[in-house]
This record gives sequence, structure tokens and C-alpha cells, in this order.
Amino acid sequence: MNLSKEQIEHIANLARLDLTEEELKKYGEQLSAVLGYVDQLGEVETKRIEPTAQVTGLENVFRKDEVEEWSREEIEEALEDAPEREDRFIKVKRVLE
Amino acid sequence: MQLNQLTIKEAQEKLEKGEITSVELTHACLDRIKEIDDRVKACLTVCEKEALAEAEQADARRAKGEKGALLGIPYLAKDNILTRGLKTTAASKILENYIAPFDATIIKRLREAGAVLLGKTNLDEFAHGASTENSAFGPTHNPWDFSRVPGGSSGGSGAAVAADMCLFALGTDTGGSIRCPAAFCGITGLKPSYGRGSRFGLISMTSSTDVPGPLTKTVEDAAIVLAAIAGADKYDATTVDEEVNPTDLEAMGGLKKIKIGLPKEYFIPGTDPEVAKALEEAIEEFKKLGAEFEEVSLPHTKYGIPVYYIITPSEISSNLARFDGIKYGYSAADGDDGRSFSLIDIYKKSRGQGFGPEAKRRIMLGTYALSAGYYDAYYLQAQKVRTIIKKEMDEALEKVDLLLTPTSPHPAFKLGAQAADPLKMYLEDIFVTGASLAGLPAMSIPCGFAHPEDGGEALPVGMQLISKRFDEALLFRIGYNYQKATDWHKKKPNL
Repeated sequence: MNLSKEQIEHIANLARLDLTEEELKKYGEQLSAVLGYVDQLGEVETKRIEPTAQVTGLENVFRKDEVEEWSREEIEEALEDAPEREDRFIKVKRVLE
Repeated sequence: MQLNQLTIKEAQEKLEKGEITSVELTHACLDRIKEIDDRVKACLTVCEKEALAEAEQADARRAKGEKGALLGIPYLAKDNILTRGLKTTAASKILENYIAPFDATIIKRLREAGAVLLGKTNLDEFAHGASTENSAFGPTHNPWDFSRVPGGSSGGSGAAVAADMCLFALGTDTGGSIRCPAAFCGITGLKPSYGRGSRFGLISMTSSTDVPGPLTKTVEDAAIVLAAIAGADKYDATTVDEEVNPTDLEAMGGLKKIKIGLPKEYFIPGTDPEVAKALEEAIEEFKKLGAEFEEVSLPHTKYGIPVYYIITPSEISSNLARFDGIKYGYSAADGDDGRSFSLIDIYKKSRGQGFGPEAKRRIMLGTYALSAGYYDAYYLQAQKVRTIIKKEMDEALEKVDLLLTPTSPHPAFKLGAQAADPLKMYLEDIFVTGASLAGLPAMSIPCGFAHPEDGGEALPVGMQLISKRFDEALLFRIGYNYQKATDWHKKKPNL
């Protein structure tokens, strides 16, 4: 399994990762090696096997959809983590040109 | 004996009798951290002032007559567990200055129990690794031999407990991340059943296998910590409201007639001969205690790693999508030429610059496995093989009470020895992925020493015990009886 440079660039774009030329080359080789290794999964007969979604068998776990008020202090702490803000708002780059 | 060397159980008795205070105990741990952590590098953050304040509160609570197994007991938490007001970095540049506005449920429960948080421990970035070398802030060193890794990803927690910087530490285990460092550092490490403890406030890695658990000096202590952190949580719909284990392990009885399964696929030629010998001796010890052994077979064991390294990167690529340089964490600055970046540039640059190599590798691998045209061949097939692995382990556990295996095929390896080859590092997880994929509880306890093949002093060896879902109690019973009969868990590194 060898990934081409175009494929690696495509994956990096999907993953929203800006990678250097060197990284593209390195990850290309390493991902190809890992994928080559996991290809052995193809040997396993799984025609009648259901995929695992979860392991504990829990069903329909509900809770009330309620707003929990945060204190002013908590709100401030959460906003403090934003790289750019204005008052109570987090600044985002222009979405529409 | 120094106070920081005490087990939880011992410290609790002394606190109760009024022989020591939590403030004294906390000072002893902080002093130990100051004394040796510039060499071990287990801690990323130490909160001395806050810890001493918490210790004073615990002493005040005790003075008012309150009792509690963890009241006044100092601990460290892996730095992918959110702590309000104290940095949580996941050992990543992208979260270098992140301070959570709330506590993880397990931290909250420990606060209520009166445990004293000393600080946060090092890990592989976002818990991706088996050596703690993937930390953006440098590796942790194994207290038994500073030139070696402590295991990972909870390597800081493992090293801190082994070096007596705390009475216990919290870790997370997704595919061996508590058990591996426990084995390499010569301590007890419990990965509880999936759903036993709340994941709310853990930095998500692989949501379908992530579990928080304790790294401790004894099995008895692991039972005490699990009792405090376990239980249903309305903020984590996958938690289960199952009876939590008893903590009176003495009352659980001996090992007569307990049937232990040895999965033949876990006793393989590639295992270090001295590790194999330590396991054989442990088996003999169990026989003396009355346990019976039976060989079992788990033929799909060899697919554990390929399944794990599809499911894990897939869930990682999804979970780490939240790091976008907007809401919190590292954000790439505009270009030097004064040109303003577009939104997508900010995403790509923040992530490209903020994530380390292993996180990027896993994001890429997962993105590929989930992408159009490849989903069926990789992700879906992996989840089907996972079903087979789970069924096989469940069926084996119908025939025997529990499974016994080595935790790792060899003792701790040298720093840098495997860093260049990611696939080789993934193969480190060979004995630990099964229980994670199946959601079974598993515990590593020390069972001897082995001389590493590349020379040097003898290093700790761990054995892994795996039991039925939500039957941590049986692990404790087995481990407790073993630790009563042996003293491997009492060996300390010579620092």
C-alpha cells in the first residue's frame, strides 16, 4: 500500500493540517507502512459479523435537556481561553467574502 | 519510612489515629517532587499553594469528625484530565496555556472525597504513545533507570508513583496507557471496565475505549481509588450504574478453586526470556495459593493491533477536529507580511503548527480510514473484527474466571530506541489492546524483574489480569492475595 504525494496532500487538506514538504514525505512513507500492516485485517472472514458500536449493551440513556446556568466567573474563565475576543464574543475570521 | 512512601491504606490509618496530618503528608510529597523531579520529569505542573490549602481543609474536615478513605491523601493527575483553574495541556503545544473552566467528574469526586491534588503529570501528547516520548514538553524518565522510558501514555503518573512523589496518580487507558507504565515502573495499574468511570472532562482520544483509572502502590489502594471515582455520571451517557467493588479485600477470601486461563497467543517466543520466567514463577505462586490453571485460545489476538490502529486514529481524527485555533488553544498569528489569513488558513496553520508528529500521523491515518471509498475496507472491517475479538474473550471468560498474561513482552526500553519507527512503537501494545477493544477490566501488577537485553540493571516486570466486564472485584481479590504472598510491589527504585 503506497500512498502517492497527491493522496497525502488530499488527506492533509481533509484533516485541515498545513504540512511542510518534509512532513508530507515522511507521513507518506509512515502511513503507507502502517496501512500495509493493517491490510492483514482483510484476511478475516466477517460476512455475517455485525460491527461493534459499543461494548456495554446500554440502551437509550436519557437525561433532561436543561440549561445549566454558569456563574459569571465560569463564563469569564471559558472566554479567557479564546485566542481573540471582544467583550462576550469570540472573534472569528470572515466566513463570507 | 518517609511519609511520601506510605500507601493510601497506611496513610489513612495514621491520619485517623492523629499520628500525622494531611499537611505533613502533602509537604513530604512536595519535597520529594522538588528533590528528584528535575531528573525524572514526571510533573508538568505542581500547584504547591493550592495543594497545601486543600490539605489544610482536609485536616479541618477530619478535625470535625469526618472520615474518608481519601480524605487528605495527596495525588497527581495525568495532564489530559481537566482541572478547573489549573493548566491542562495534554502535553501538547496546542493546549500549552489552556485552563479549563470546570473539573472532570473524577476530579470533582476526588475533591469531594477530600483528596489533595498536587499537580499534573506528563504523557504522550494527547495520550498517543507507549513511552511518554511524544510529549511536547520532553520525555519522562523511568525511575529505575533514567536512560529508559517509563512506558506510556500515563508515563508521568507511573514514574511519579514509583518514585513516591504522591500516594497515587490518575491515568487514562485507551489501549494500555495505564497498564504499560505500571509494568515498566513496577507499580499497580488498573484499567477499569469501559463505562465504569466517567470520561466527562477527559480530553477525548478514542471515545469507545477511553477509561480513567488509578496507578497505585498496591492493589488495595487501587480498589480504594476506584471506589471513589467510579459510578454513573449524567454527563457521560456511557457510564454504567453497576455496583462498585467492595474495598474490604480481606473479606473476599482466598484463591481456592479460582480458575485462571492462560491464553496461548499471549505466551509467544518473542517474549523476553526473563519476563517469561517471571510469569512462570507468578503462576507457580498462584498454584500454591490454590488457583487452578487452564490453557485457553484467543486465535484473533494477532488482529488486536491492526484493529486498534484503525479504530483509534479514526476516533482521534474526529475528536481532535475541535482544535481549530478559534475557541481555545494555540492560534496561528497572521502572516509577517501583514496579510490577514482566511478562516481555513487559521484552521490549517494552527493545527499544523500546534500538533506534534504523532498526533498529526494519527489524524492523517484516521482521516484516510474514514474517507469516502475506504471506510468499508478499513473502519467497518476493523469494527467487525473487533466484534470477533470481544466475543472470543467473553467466551474464554465463561470457561475460566480470569485471564493472566504478560503486560508487555519486555521490560522498559531505552529512550529514543523506538522513536524513529511508529509501526514498531504500535506493536508495543500487543498484549494490552484486547481488553481495551472488548471493554474488559484489566490490571497490571509487578511480578518480578528482568535484565534488559541491551544491558543494564534488572527492571520491573508486570503481569496482566483480565476479568469479566464490571468484575474488577475479582481482579482485586486475585491481586490482593498475590501481594500478600509476595513482595514485588514493595521493591523501590534506588534514587
